[in-house]
Amino acid sequence: MATKGAVVLETRSLTMRFGGVVAVDNVDFELREGELRCLIGPNGAGKSTFFKCLTGQLLPTAGDVLIQDRSMLGEPPCRIAAAGIGVKTQTPSLFNGLTAREHIALAVERHHGRDTAAARIDEVIDRFNLGDLGRRLVGELAHGQRQRVEIAMVVAADPWLVLLDEPAAGMTHEEVDRMVALIHEINRNATMIIVEHDMQFIRMIGDQVTVFHQGAILIEDHVEVVLSDARVREVYLGA
Amino acid sequence: MPDSARNRHILVAAIGLLILFGLPVVVDLVTLLEISIYVVYAILGLSLGFIWGYGGILCFGQAAFFGLGAYTYAVTAINVGESTGPFLLAILLPLVFAALLGAMMFYGRISDVYMGVITLVVTLILFKFINSTANETWIVGKARLGGFNGIPAFPTLNVPGDPGALLDPEQFFYVAMVFLLLVYFGLHWLMTTRFGRVVVAIRENEVRAELLGYDIRLYKTAVFAIGGGIGGLAGALFANWGNFVSPGLFSLAQSATIIIWVIVGGLGTMIGPVVGAVLIQYITTLLGQQGVINNAFVLGGILVLFVLLLPKGLMPTLGQLLTRLRRAPRRPARRSAEQAEGGRDGH
Amino acid sequence: MDFVAVIILEVLYAIASLALISAGLAVVFGMMRVINLAHGEFLMLGGYAAIVSVRAGLNIYVAMLVVAPLVVGIIGLIIERCVIQFLYGRMLDTMLATWGLSLLLTGVVTMIFGNTTTGISTPIGGFAIGSYQASGYNIFIMLAGIAVIAVIFTVLKTTRLGLIARGAMQSADMASGLGHNPKRIYMVTFTLGAALSGLAGGILAPLTGLTPTSGGLYVSKAFITVISGGAAVVTGTVSSSALFGTLTQLTMLLSTPVWGDVAMLFAAIVLLRLLPRGITGRFFRRQV
Repeated sequence: MATKGAVVLETRSLTMRFGGVVAVDNVDFELREGELRCLIGPNGAGKSTFFKCLTGQLLPTAGDVLIQDRSMLGEPPCRIAAAGIGVKTQTPSLFNGLTAREHIALAVERHHGRDTAAARIDEVIDRFNLGDLGRRLVGELAHGQRQRVEIAMVVAADPWLVLLDEPAAGMTHEEVDRMVALIHEINRNATMIIVEHDMQFIRMIGDQVTVFHQGAILIEDHVEVVLSDARVREVYLGA
Repeated sequence: MPDSARNRHILVAAIGLLILFGLPVVVDLVTLLEISIYVVYAILGLSLGFIWGYGGILCFGQAAFFGLGAYTYAVTAINVGESTGPFLLAILLPLVFAALLGAMMFYGRISDVYMGVITLVVTLILFKFINSTANETWIVGKARLGGFNGIPAFPTLNVPGDPGALLDPEQFFYVAMVFLLLVYFGLHWLMTTRFGRVVVAIRENEVRAELLGYDIRLYKTAVFAIGGGIGGLAGALFANWGNFVSPGLFSLAQSATIIIWVIVGGLGTMIGPVVGAVLIQYITTLLGQQGVINNAFVLGGILVLFVLLLPKGLMPTLGQLLTRLRRAPRRPARRSAEQAEGGRDGH
Repeated sequence: MDFVAVIILEVLYAIASLALISAGLAVVFGMMRVINLAHGEFLMLGGYAAIVSVRAGLNIYVAMLVVAPLVVGIIGLIIERCVIQFLYGRMLDTMLATWGLSLLLTGVVTMIFGNTTTGISTPIGGFAIGSYQASGYNIFIMLAGIAVIAVIFTVLKTTRLGLIARGAMQSADMASGLGHNPKRIYMVTFTLGAALSGLAGGILAPLTGLTPTSGGLYVSKAFITVISGGAAVVTGTVSSSALFGTLTQLTMLLSTPVWGDVAMLFAAIVLLRLLPRGITGRFFRRQV
């Protein structure tokens, strides 16, 4: 998307301390409508902690999280999700005792009536090519298939803001290609944040990038600029 | 999967109806009375089986709802002089109590272990409180609480609207058995609804369910409340069965017994707690008759052995064995074992 | 003035006996994250061991301070080898299995000694504070409570065993990487915890008549004290014993013993609601 809209997500002086460790340090962050933003940084840079503060899984030590100008501080994850935000956590996080179809149903049914839900479930199943998996328990599925179910579940809820934590982890090259295409497709209807540390993947997505280092934002720019930045290289190679 | 589930339901329903109509014909009244208490215990087992096996909430104090239901019935029946209102109240009060307790715990985001502690402690409080009400000053309306002596007599179940028409033991058996079938199939139906699917999702992966926008605190509280209400129902039926309630209903031993039923029968199934309750109570009765080996010794031993050796319980293990046997002739054994492993679908 | 002194003594006694009752459980919970629901039965067994020894002609102090911890320690060791060792890391299963053990032990003792009350008398007489009569044995319990806590603290803080145990508690992998077998550390810890419980059971035996179900009286109090205290063994036990001992004793003086217990249980629920990880989960975090 060329033209960016209003600020839809914002953190103000966000800080998260664990005991004596400052995982996220006074971060001011802005995300505009329609953006596809990657958060990168070496392990322990604080990006996943930052992510969890956005989703409500962690309560920040200080600072504020605003979504569409409303403070979401202290709201449980379900409220944040109910505000139209889709979240995929780092490791595939699914309900092993349920079928793929039941997963989609869970995502769809929360805000669809009984009559429209069934059609929408079928639509998502088709779109993500889950027809053949639909009746199997996800506990029996392969890693890539589980990733697909989880993304489908996130999208099925029609979120306007999608937060993905390492969506390409553990995928084959072919699956990564498909994931990149999928991300661009989702971005047509939704603003996105993607947490990732694989540089190759970031390059393939190719948009605005925020680099985390030691809990703070090191640099924020277009992917090409960021990747050629000396400090970023140092942080990555140094770590 | 749905086919086998339906077959199972038909089988259970057939056995249930057979017991309901057949048993009073073939056994004498004393035996029927004996069996009635098994039925009541089966309902009590189901109440915990639902909370623990489906909601993933380990309640160490299920006896609290049981005792609360029994006492509510006894106290209000003495005051009102008929049974319908007290019976409903005996379900409602534990339900509300469980809802409040559950809300306090789940909205406080207390972990599993501390939940065990709190439910245990609440049961202890009730036990100590009721035990200490022997004094004449403890009166609710016309009913004396009686402390450790319990409440010895109160109006038992009558035909709704006709306080004069008391139910005889055979009719009580019908009532208890119908309630058991209602609870069993009611809970099964509940699990097929959207609510049930969310409950299972929460048990399987709490974080995921929450990130989908489901308020897990609300759902858990609801599950806890339903389980509490069913526990109360069992309590009311128990009070009617013996026409006697005592603080022992709130005891830790009672809570432990309910847990043993569920773990022996099998978690995550509805039939398990029913089988467990009947089986364990049958064994207990047999042991009580011979009087050499101590009851607590046997129950404790069973609990330890099951936790160590058969943590899934009898019914799920049996189900796996059956699946394996059925599939063995057609497929290599290893494969079918894998499938049985993944085939946990909640009976 | 005398009255105040008596009340202070009573409160101190309540705190000390709570600490004694809880110490064994606190060690096992704090070091191994095992909640032992058979803890009350360990105390009960310690009581029986002491009583039987005294009946057999042994000196009462030897019976309480040596035989009781020894017997229960051995029982603890057997239980750890037969049951607990298979359940490490599975907290809820451990709770269930030890609950089963508690029933089992109650059953065994009932079969051996019958469902009757036994007891021994206190070896120390009373003394007078002004016009009030105070129990000398209560003073002994206070000293015993202080001694037990001091010993735990010293062992944890200054000995090699304590250091290894604390290390294993933080990271079992790390400890085994350094050449210590965490299984053995857990075994020793559980045995010592059981011995502490036996000691407490022996010391408290002269105070009340003992029945096979006496464990039930102890377990709830110990349980609440330890859970409310949180993971730090010494600070947790001392702080929550102080809190609950004072509360229970004062409520008891104002009303009846039952209300004292109810007040404690109720306070525990409120406390856990406010501090879900116990007192030391919130304060004194860096203590042992």
